[in-house]
Amino acid sequence: MDPRRAPRTVSDPKVRKVGFFTDPPDRSLPGPPNHPISSFPTSPPSTVDNSPPSAGNSLSPVMIPPPRHSSSILSPLRRDPPEFFPLPASPTASTTFSDDVASTMKGRGVAAASSSLPGGLLFDIAASSVPASGLTTVSVVNNLPIEKGGGVAVEMQDDQSSRSKSLKEKTTKAERRALQEAQRAAKATAKAEDGKTPAAASGAAASVKSGKSVKPPPSQKNDSAALAALEKKAGDRPPEKDRKKEVPQPRMQFDDKSRVEKAKRRAVVKQTEARNRVELFRHLPQYERGTQRTELQSKFFELDPVHPAVYKVGLQYLYGDICGSNARCIAMLQAFQEAIKDYSTPSEKTLARDLTAKIGSYLSFLIECRPLSISMGNAIRFLKNRIAKLPLTLSELEAKATLRSDIDRFINEKIILADKVIVKHAVTKISDGDVLLTYGSPSAVEMVLLHAHELGKQFRVVVVDSRPKLEGQLLLHRLVGKGINCTYTHVNAISYIMHEVTRVFLGASSVLSNGTVYSKVGTACVAMVAHAFRVPVLVCCEAYKFHERVQLDSLCSNELGDPDVISKIHGREDINFLDGSTNSENLQLLNLIYDATPSDYISMIITDYGMVPPTSVPVIVRDYRREHLWI
Amino acid sequence: MDFQVVVLAGGTCKKLLPLVSKDVPKALLPVANRPVLSYVLEQLELSNLKDLIVVVEGEDAALCVGGWISNAYVDRLHVKVAAVPEDVGTAGALRAIAHHLTASDILVVSGDLVSDIPPGALAAVHRQHDAVVTTMLCSAPVNGPTESVSSGGKDKIKKPRRYNIIGLDPTKQFLLHVATGAEVEKDIRIQKSILRAVDQMEIRADLVDAHMYAFKRSILQEVLDEKDKFRSLKEDILPYLVRSQLKSEVLLNGVPQAENGNEMVNSQNNQAAVSRILANASTPSFHDLYASSNKGSTLVRRTHKCCAYIASESKYCQCLNSIQAFSDINRDVIGDASHLSGYSFSAHNNIIHPSAQLGSRTTVGPHCMLWEGSQMGDKCSVKRSVIGRHCRIGSSVKVVNSVIMDHVTIGDGCSIQGSVICSNAQLQERSVLKDCQVGAGFVITAGSEHKGESLARK
Repeated sequence: MDPRRAPRTVSDPKVRKVGFFTDPPDRSLPGPPNHPISSFPTSPPSTVDNSPPSAGNSLSPVMIPPPRHSSSILSPLRRDPPEFFPLPASPTASTTFSDDVASTMKGRGVAAASSSLPGGLLFDIAASSVPASGLTTVSVVNNLPIEKGGGVAVEMQDDQSSRSKSLKEKTTKAERRALQEAQRAAKATAKAEDGKTPAAASGAAASVKSGKSVKPPPSQKNDSAALAALEKKAGDRPPEKDRKKEVPQPRMQFDDKSRVEKAKRRAVVKQTEARNRVELFRHLPQYERGTQRTELQSKFFELDPVHPAVYKVGLQYLYGDICGSNARCIAMLQAFQEAIKDYSTPSEKTLARDLTAKIGSYLSFLIECRPLSISMGNAIRFLKNRIAKLPLTLSELEAKATLRSDIDRFINEKIILADKVIVKHAVTKISDGDVLLTYGSPSAVEMVLLHAHELGKQFRVVVVDSRPKLEGQLLLHRLVGKGINCTYTHVNAISYIMHEVTRVFLGASSVLSNGTVYSKVGTACVAMVAHAFRVPVLVCCEAYKFHERVQLDSLCSNELGDPDVISKIHGREDINFLDGSTNSENLQLLNLIYDATPSDYISMIITDYGMVPPTSVPVIVRDYRREHLWI
Repeated sequence: MDFQVVVLAGGTCKKLLPLVSKDVPKALLPVANRPVLSYVLEQLELSNLKDLIVVVEGEDAALCVGGWISNAYVDRLHVKVAAVPEDVGTAGALRAIAHHLTASDILVVSGDLVSDIPPGALAAVHRQHDAVVTTMLCSAPVNGPTESVSSGGKDKIKKPRRYNIIGLDPTKQFLLHVATGAEVEKDIRIQKSILRAVDQMEIRADLVDAHMYAFKRSILQEVLDEKDKFRSLKEDILPYLVRSQLKSEVLLNGVPQAENGNEMVNSQNNQAAVSRILANASTPSFHDLYASSNKGSTLVRRTHKCCAYIASESKYCQCLNSIQAFSDINRDVIGDASHLSGYSFSAHNNIIHPSAQLGSRTTVGPHCMLWEGSQMGDKCSVKRSVIGRHCRIGSSVKVVNSVIMDHVTIGDGCSIQGSVICSNAQLQERSVLKDCQVGAGFVITAGSEHKGESLARK
């Protein structure tokens, strides 16, 4: 690669130069380390030979103090990772829904019996020549029998519910009540005590901030945000749950045999795990696609608790009909909207609890179809939060209407509007004569390109694609259809094509709080090559996809795709050399879905809060999180 | 899952004439000593579908079927039986009960289907593609023709089996062309517009329609209302829907647009953005491409999807719609597809009820079934046959490849091969039957010989 590439030690963890900078090997950093503004390149980037002249001033980055990792501030905000990756069907959830099934089944039996028409009753239909016929009920299910061939899942539920019942029966009602009271009292005292600590901590944070503002004042937005955060912190304290879960539960590791067995027993759909998995990625789930599909299909009617809309979305995830984190998130939220619309609270249950359990069961179904993306995790957290925050006084209808409008609002504000803002910002970075490179088919970048084209800017687009999905072709199709001048190439040719590129625009599945961009596999490679060629890399990512997790590599958390997709080439039987050897013990296929791009390779992240350097991600995560969730 | 199930049980089918009668409508024909309808009902029950509408042609038949269901499935299924006039066809039957259909999708199953394909698979495909109609296709039975060849000689000019000519898209998910057996003799006309949209079409003749469909209710009702000439699902409605999939006349998108109507313009823009993100992220089917390629004039998408679910080869699937099929199914259910019968077979691969009595030196071979209270004399031999309840069979009787229903009396020295003998029939001594159908209560005189005949009381 390019020998000019600067050593990575240049990126000091405390002092980061932001914006487009060159790596001057001879120049030492001026100014004290906690003086971020002085490290900003005052001279225009002269070594970047092909960067347009406007780049220097238009890229005024938001100035943000170096991230402080003081736990006193971060800790109340931190949630444990398992929230985002709920284990399939937690025991409580499954028991409630199995009870639920029983009750609905009973209800249905009764309702059906009463609604059955008397025999011989004739109806008239205008349009048909055939006389309408009445229905005669000949057989009615009076009570719910334990059916013989009811399927494993049903039996399992029965089993679980009976177990939980027996557990419940051990304590009398009075005892349970007393226990609850005690817990409540303990909680109240705990709340009163720690009510002071976060406020104090944030106060301290504010004072630190104001102290800093003697030096170059932080941008208006940042300041007001800090104020807002301060107010919020003082107003409503973080819920108890957050603290309880401070020690995050380890995520499900799929190479841990005993836990996998346990999870399997809980699973709605029986799945066969792929046998030949790559050693390094054994901790990630990988299933044999074929069995998964047939299982899901044949279980269609037995998955009674899953709402049809959710089921449909799940299938679409599984078959890859929907991909791209924005689309997946929207599809999921819309399915939940449908589910909420059709939801009715069973008697003797409260909406907030029952609906949460219900959503949990939907989620475990969706996870079985495909692991959740981080954006979906954030959206779910938002939804659950809204459900939990519903006032008890609301009627069911009102509550459902609020939830649905909340979901609408989330989609509109966090995705659609965010995209619009991103487009507005990003378009300023495109000037006439630019050659823009993009990888895959990121939705935000596509909007940027289309908008820039509408503004009449003259530029050329290089669409870089990769097997097996070849999403770039779809993007290419649409761009060419709009009359944009395009070049199409595969990622193999990236080092060749990078010579002529002036900007790289990338999408992201998520941006983690150390600035790492978690995105479609291959993105890291593109970003690295761009960095080596000194081409600015701009990542377009909505802020709802930000996550406070820190990830240094793409091993510990990733997703494995269908290995057959890379071993077979559709429609080219003549070059399927791997046919027959895919079951060999010596062959392990690896189809990674994501990779992590280190923040060194990213020049700038364009979000709905403006254009920020990767180092500012934790600030956004910290300060705007509450706003994201509308707590 | 918001599916409603309609079982079309038929009436007294003309094609099965000596076998069916007023007392035994088609749905109650015994297959391995169980009415054929029970195979469908049990398959549905297994899939947790317990709320069914059974449509029977003819009042009498409806009474029979209703009576049997209420006996056999009390406390297990919630079944409503509807009687429709005879000869209205499958579409007519649906038209008659259309006002009872409320769920968003309808699963229509033929009552004569003997299959182990889970209906959920069909429904899942239907839902996944949001299709208007999804049909189940299974590979054509290969053993059928060979069997009739072995039955030999005179029956050489067999009726052409009604195979479908089916056109599929390269991914084998969408149905592009359907022609029923009668049309196959003529030229096949394939629509240019569809071919142009898909580029490639796979024409297959080795698939048969398994008579299991999933319909979108609103569309089905609309088609039923508007096209009152349509009589059959398979021959009229399905080809119609497939034909018109790119220039859909049914109003698909009316409902969602009406919902958005009263909202603000701003939110509509957002809706458009949402749908664009969703559309861009998903791999477009040829329907979408076609719709987008000639958008301009109409904004409303005028396409609908017709999907196909192709059952895997290992699954068993056959329709009892001819006498040949009847004996085939009977043989398969006690033979190759024995898991369907729901009985446990003995070590000799056969079932002999404990109360059945066998004479000395009588052999019952594998793939046989001898049901309760039947008696057999000495030196009999039974091969690949089903014998019903309370039959009395004399000595030195040979039964091969046959179905003998209940209360049949067979005299000494009879030989029965490849035949179906209905309930209460009587065969006197030394009669020989080959490839015959004997109607209920018919008496065959002693020493007579029949070959390939259909014998019934006038």
